[in-house]
Amino acid sequence: MAINGILGKKVGMTQLFDSNGDVRPATVLQAGPCVITQRKSANKDGYEAAQIGLVEFVKTTRLNKPALGHLGKNNLPPVKFMREVDVVVDGASGDGDQTKVGDRVLVDIFDGERFVDVTGTSKGRGFAGVVKRHHFRGGPSSHGSMFTINGSIGSSAFPSRVFPGMRMAGHMGHARVTTRNLRVLGIDKDENLLVVEGAVPGPNGAYVVINKAKRAPRERRGFAGTGTVDPLKASKRATKKKS
Amino acid sequence: MSTSPIIQKLLAKRQRTDLPAFVAGDTVRVHVKIKEGDKERLQAFEGVVIALSRGPQASFTVRKMSFGHGVERIFPLNSKVIDKIEVLRSARVRRAKLYYLRARRGKAARLREAE
Repeated sequence: MAINGILGKKVGMTQLFDSNGDVRPATVLQAGPCVITQRKSANKDGYEAAQIGLVEFVKTTRLNKPALGHLGKNNLPPVKFMREVDVVVDGASGDGDQTKVGDRVLVDIFDGERFVDVTGTSKGRGFAGVVKRHHFRGGPSSHGSMFTINGSIGSSAFPSRVFPGMRMAGHMGHARVTTRNLRVLGIDKDENLLVVEGAVPGPNGAYVVINKAKRAPRERRGFAGTGTVDPLKASKRATKKKS
Repeated sequence: MSTSPIIQKLLAKRQRTDLPAFVAGDTVRVHVKIKEGDKERLQAFEGVVIALSRGPQASFTVRKMSFGHGVERIFPLNSKVIDKIEVLRSARVRRAKLYYLRARRGKAARLREAE
């Protein structure tokens, strides 16, 4: 099955030791189990995708009739959180793909995957000032400093208006955020857990969409690779051993 | 902050059980793995345990005097860097954190041996 993503919940953060014995910040994600609720195909919908739902304990009364009808059509369990994820269809004809409605999507799709992208809704900060929202410097704290201001917002006679996109105070957070290329630290298939290195948008318990990394970092020396070797050092070592 | 039961379970799997039990006041020798290039060797760090934190991410602080200077090293208890720990001596102490030893030198920094 070539499903590219899974739905999950952010459990929380902790720290884990990597193979070198260094401590790494880690986010634990409850990834799946998911069920395919609808299959979108190139023939019918113009693109290949699967609508999947996160299977958890959901009361039927919590869903509205259209959702129940949509799920009940295929005898699927009630799900609250549904999103579309990409499906990679192998073969030019497009019939090599066997994914169908009702199939389960589990965390094992990330087997052998080293990086993932995680999409979630960031924590809401409310109406935030320019220091917090745009990292402006604050004003002086003494010498008669009296007001909190954000400074100039443009020129006067020309252009006689404020340009769109001017950075000002306003609503911050609670927006869709994708954190790309988080390294996979571990997969627990029994508990449906995925552990990634680094932070993930949103509070604990928030729903997230986990995708295989769209643009994983290239293999470079000293970065992203555990098995990468410095060719210069390797050749030196080889000659030393011979002599 | 409370940790989720899922994380607690995850961390419980990664606890080290091969290390001996020790408490604050004990003198220990910690054998630390040191990587030099592609070789690995052991180095001992010997001193008094002055603090010990419990829990899934436990750590302990070892203090020793090195050429007249106090040196403290904090080890995560579950770290793979620790090869083994030897408990050399135990002392009778009346508190859990022996930070008062930092202000003492020489004879004043002695601890009464446990029987």
